Amino acid sequence: MAYFASLNPHALLNSCPGGVAQGLIWGIMALGVYLTFRVLNVADLTVDGSFATGGAVCIMLVLAGWNPVLALLVSFAAGVIAGLVTGFLHTALGIPDILAGILTQISLYSINLNIMGKANQAVNVNKVALPFTSNAKLLSRTIGITAVVVVALISLLYWYLGTETGSALRATGTNPNMSRAQGINTDFMKVLGLALSNGFVAVSGGVLSQYQGFADVNMGRGAIVIGLAAVIIGEVLGEGLMHNKLNFWLRLMWVAIGSVIYYIVYVFVLWLKFPADDMKLLTAIVVAIFLAVPYLKAKYFTRSYTVKYMTRRRKGEK
Amino acid sequence: MLEINRVSKTFNPGTINQKTALNGLTLHLNPGDFCTVIGGNGAGKSTMLNAIAGVWPVDEGNIIIDGSNVTQLSEHKRAMFLGRVFQDPMTGTAATMGIDENLALAARRGHRRTLKWGVTKQEQTQYRELLASLDLGLEDRLTSKVGLLSGGQRQAITLLMATLKQPKLLLLDEHTAALDPKTAAKVLELTDKIVAQHHLTTLMITHNMRDAIAHGNRLVMMKDGQIVLDIAGEEKRKLTVEQLLERFTDASDRMILG
Repeated sequence: MAYFASLNPHALLNSCPGGVAQGLIWGIMALGVYLTFRVLNVADLTVDGSFATGGAVCIMLVLAGWNPVLALLVSFAAGVIAGLVTGFLHTALGIPDILAGILTQISLYSINLNIMGKANQAVNVNKVALPFTSNAKLLSRTIGITAVVVVALISLLYWYLGTETGSALRATGTNPNMSRAQGINTDFMKVLGLALSNGFVAVSGGVLSQYQGFADVNMGRGAIVIGLAAVIIGEVLGEGLMHNKLNFWLRLMWVAIGSVIYYIVYVFVLWLKFPADDMKLLTAIVVAIFLAVPYLKAKYFTRSYTVKYMTRRRKGEK
Repeated sequence: MLEINRVSKTFNPGTINQKTALNGLTLHLNPGDFCTVIGGNGAGKSTMLNAIAGVWPVDEGNIIIDGSNVTQLSEHKRAMFLGRVFQDPMTGTAATMGIDENLALAARRGHRRTLKWGVTKQEQTQYRELLASLDLGLEDRLTSKVGLLSGGQRQAITLLMATLKQPKLLLLDEHTAALDPKTAAKVLELTDKIVAQHHLTTLMITHNMRDAIAHGNRLVMMKDGQIVLDIAGEEKRKLTVEQLLERFTDASDRMILG
């Protein structure tokens, strides 16, 4: 009882807008993860590093007096370069995609420390006007701007994937053999996809660093898992609620919504006084379960399995 | 149209799995030749097609398509010369993309892919007519995902994709082997129709001797990475399965004695 009495509904209500803002910011990151994980069919672990790189670059440029929006463009470029490196390791040097991502990620840790000169850097948010501020008075504006950015990026991604090169990118992810037979340079498309994806991720890191007023070398730790959580939550809900009305644009929309839902749940679980230290464990478990569901469904809940099981039962076997 | 000159390929050299798949293979095709390829398992039939397509580099020899030496070209660069249909219906198409999107990908083979829209309205009309000519009822499912189609339908679409941009050479790697007999017959009929329509130079691998005899104007038999039998023209027209089996044994004996 004492536990329930200690929960303050007002506090939950107060922390919700922050959850929405963070969810939208991570939504940009989730779009990047969608591009590699779903479109290109590659689990790219570069993102844990490039997310922090985006944040580090953005904060250092703002500290140097740059326009915060311009700083985000440089974050994007930094992410693109990180993706190019992973792509190079994978396609030109033949390193398996996951390992290539890990190598870039681990080297980015050092690079991020070099960019910032120490483990974290902060801007004085009272002196610098940032478009993506977490200042409580301007939070609704931040949410508005972020939402516009997210929708713009979704539209951009939607447009690009519909073009000739974008189609080639999708084909590469679906069937590389067929793609090469149709004259598509699959290595190039993979590098391009990885670059674009990490560009998105770095922008997300940059926006988050503005939001929280600092960048930290560890800010991207486990980012891939959060990105996957957003993608999966979005897909499950989107497919469940919209069925065949779920076109590709809406599918991308649901990825961003998935990220917002993830953060609202995050806020809620923290409000329930779940230890913050255990949140990454909880996220990992949730993602593992959701990733396992399609596999287990295909293995145990198909018609043929049920029929076999039922027949065996009827025959009196166990 | 196609010249394969003394091409050799050994897989896993220097290991216990070493296998010489192509052994100084030489084959010349004239423009318009429709050549069927038969031979036992491991004779090097698919390896020959993969060598032409550039799936991996060959150890020795050269491959010339329509006067261009493609031996050093990567797989995707050679694609502009080639139309390919594979044994597994899953291999030839992108399952998560629409029929129209698959055809549009093939229509841009050998062209620079730009930021223009991937499938134009005009193309969709063209594809609908093309699909109608298949007589498989696919013209009403233009935007359906190819993954939802049957193996035969997918092979028919792959065949369309292979020939949408007229290739210098059509490579068919047992493209009916995974289909039921009725569907296989239909896809073969379609193959004949398309090849005749565009006068395509074609290499078709098959395990079915009857098909090998009934289709094309030329027949080659492979064994141990070489051509051991090459029948064309009148002789090919009069060929029977019995004769072929006899020649098959002859060829085998010759290989053992030689």
